[in-house]
Amino acid sequence: MRWDWITSNLPQLGKALIDHLILTAIAVGVGFVLSFALSLLIYRRRRLAGPVTGIAGVLYTVPSLALFAFLVPITGLSIVSAEIGLVSYTLLILIRNTLAGLDGVPADVREAADGMGYGPTRKLFAVELPLAVPLIIAGLRIATVTTIGLVMVAAVIGQGGLGQVMIRGFNFRNDTAVYPGAILIVALAIAADLVLAGIGRLATPWARIRGR
Amino acid sequence: MELVDAAVGWFSNPANWAGTNGVPHRLAEHLVLSIVPMLIAVAIALPIGLAIGHTGRGGLLAIAIANLGRAVPSYALLLVFLPFFGLGESSAIPALVLLAIPPILVNTYAGLRGVDRDLVEAGRGMGMTELELLRGVEIPAAAPVIIAGLRTAAVAVVATATLAALVAGGGLGRYIADGFGLQDNGLLLAGAILVALLALITERAFTFVERRMARRGRSAEAGIGPTSLAPTPMPAPRSGGLA
Repeated sequence: MRWDWITSNLPQLGKALIDHLILTAIAVGVGFVLSFALSLLIYRRRRLAGPVTGIAGVLYTVPSLALFAFLVPITGLSIVSAEIGLVSYTLLILIRNTLAGLDGVPADVREAADGMGYGPTRKLFAVELPLAVPLIIAGLRIATVTTIGLVMVAAVIGQGGLGQVMIRGFNFRNDTAVYPGAILIVALAIAADLVLAGIGRLATPWARIRGR
Repeated sequence: MELVDAAVGWFSNPANWAGTNGVPHRLAEHLVLSIVPMLIAVAIALPIGLAIGHTGRGGLLAIAIANLGRAVPSYALLLVFLPFFGLGESSAIPALVLLAIPPILVNTYAGLRGVDRDLVEAGRGMGMTELELLRGVEIPAAAPVIIAGLRTAAVAVVATATLAALVAGGGLGRYIADGFGLQDNGLLLAGAILVALLALITERAFTFVERRMARRGRSAEAGIGPTSLAPTPMPAPRSGGLA
């Protein structure tokens, strides 16, 4: 370990960390909006469940390096290629959890909403979605931690955040550049997970009251 | 269209099917680089998972391993571990083993814990020994969940073995690494197609076995379905990204 390398490269590490965070935030944000819309669509039109989760499943299984290799000839060594790849990995996780959350709403709760004269849209937003929040948050946590790891791979197309620093270090046989990157990535993943778990708690105050 | 032509051109060139850089040789390398770590990981994780799943002791350990496995990206694991083992074909194996252990261990544990306690007690009441219980009741009932863990691990290993080509060695990832290096789109796409196919076939094969086990388990012991026992309905997520 060369501590002087770390101190003299702190600004570079900080910038890589911020890049990493931005790449992750865009991917999870776009992935969440897409998945949310697709989940609601599937919730209303069950026939779409098979095809949509099938495609999301294929995207999830194709190794990221292969996905980037497919994208680069079309969208180049750009942030667009990186984000298309990263977003496609979040879809399966987020769609499955959102659907599981909606499906998990107890039938009697649904009937109570019907009995109170709630229309389908009001029922969805006032009753079903709030009850699905814990599973949606669980999906977001997995998707975020997964994406933080995958951003590293985007370093091969020049968009890797901390991965970029690590690979440069690896190529120049500079272990000192590899370790801080690895530690920061794991720390980032754990921190993001905790933050989302906290948001989940704040968003479901009734769960805490019930637990008391 | 140009891109499709480039990929088709690559696949139809006989030179790409022979020698050490030919598809059969690269595929064989990739398979060795995937199967060897999987076997080692199974040998380590399965007995531990069975032990803590059967006794119910050490569950916190399983959860800790699962969370750690999820937070450490596979690519980071490769970069950190590879230099200790030299830059050869097999130097990626230790990192791949570490990658495969969490999903196998966690699913084995969760699968066993999910077995109906009444079944286990019934077996115990019939005078089955602990080993007989494990072999005759718990493992068959937990088989689909255990296989799901193997599938998660196998797909992650196949994907990360691809990444290993970026830093050392061969396998199908070599084509993608060279495709990027030489800016050769035909080579890049051909590599992407081969890697994607291998991952999808691996996933399908394990899913097939998993479904058969689930069907058999259901007919043998009504009431035990292939329920996912992970805390969320996701299949045990691949550790730290899919690579």
